[in-house]
Amino acid sequence: MKRNDGPSVIVRMSACVLAIPAFTFGLFVIAHGHLTPGGGFAGGAVAATLVALILAAGGRKAAGGISNGVLSVMEAVGLMAFALLGLLGLGTTFFWNFLANSGSLFGAQVPFGINPGDINTAGVLPLMNFAVGFEVFAALSLVMVVMFRYGEEGQ
Amino acid sequence: MAARYLKALTLALFLVVMLGGAAMLSPFGSPKGTIMDDYYIANGQDQTGSNNIVTSVVFDYRGMDTLGEGTVLFAAATGVLLLLGRGFNEKE
Repeated sequence: MKRNDGPSVIVRMSACVLAIPAFTFGLFVIAHGHLTPGGGFAGGAVAATLVALILAAGGRKAAGGISNGVLSVMEAVGLMAFALLGLLGLGTTFFWNFLANSGSLFGAQVPFGINPGDINTAGVLPLMNFAVGFEVFAALSLVMVVMFRYGEEGQ
Repeated sequence: MAARYLKALTLALFLVVMLGGAAMLSPFGSPKGTIMDDYYIANGQDQTGSNNIVTSVVFDYRGMDTLGEGTVLFAAATGVLLLLGRGFNEKE
């Protein structure tokens, strides 16, 4: 199967310019999940754009460089951290928000109504957002990498 | 020929059920039951400390659903690896 050397310089350059801002925006959406629209799922999907752009620009070589073993472990760790955070609330009920309004990590009080928002609030919700974002990022990246490799090597 | 009539009948039945269901919805902007919505809006910020009510519902009040969602994604990635991940553990 004869192929060109890869995508054109326009595609590669655009991917280089867009990849890091897109990933940063994904992290921003995950970190502010309890204050602004978005959250773990949306932010993880946005962050996975990084891998999509790398695959689009780098082609076969880039796909070989991404370790799907690491992605697989990241995915499992994210889901387990999420379930563990749910289990930690078992003193009251499953998924009880034991950190909210406690004064410790992410435990600040929130006034009722419209307020500017404080990142140090919402108890376990930011931690859960991070766990889910981690998992979604790893799972989507894993699916893309594996499908890409199959398409390149397959038939 | 009978299969074609069966298909048309199924489609007609499906359309009747879906459009009938849509016609029976309460008018836009005036839902019938608002007890849960009002409860979340009134107590969400106080109980979970989250300014984003949607996040407080998704990750706190309905955290179990989100766990299921994450599991679905995990299962999807596992399925893709099983079907297409030849040489998953091999070095290139």
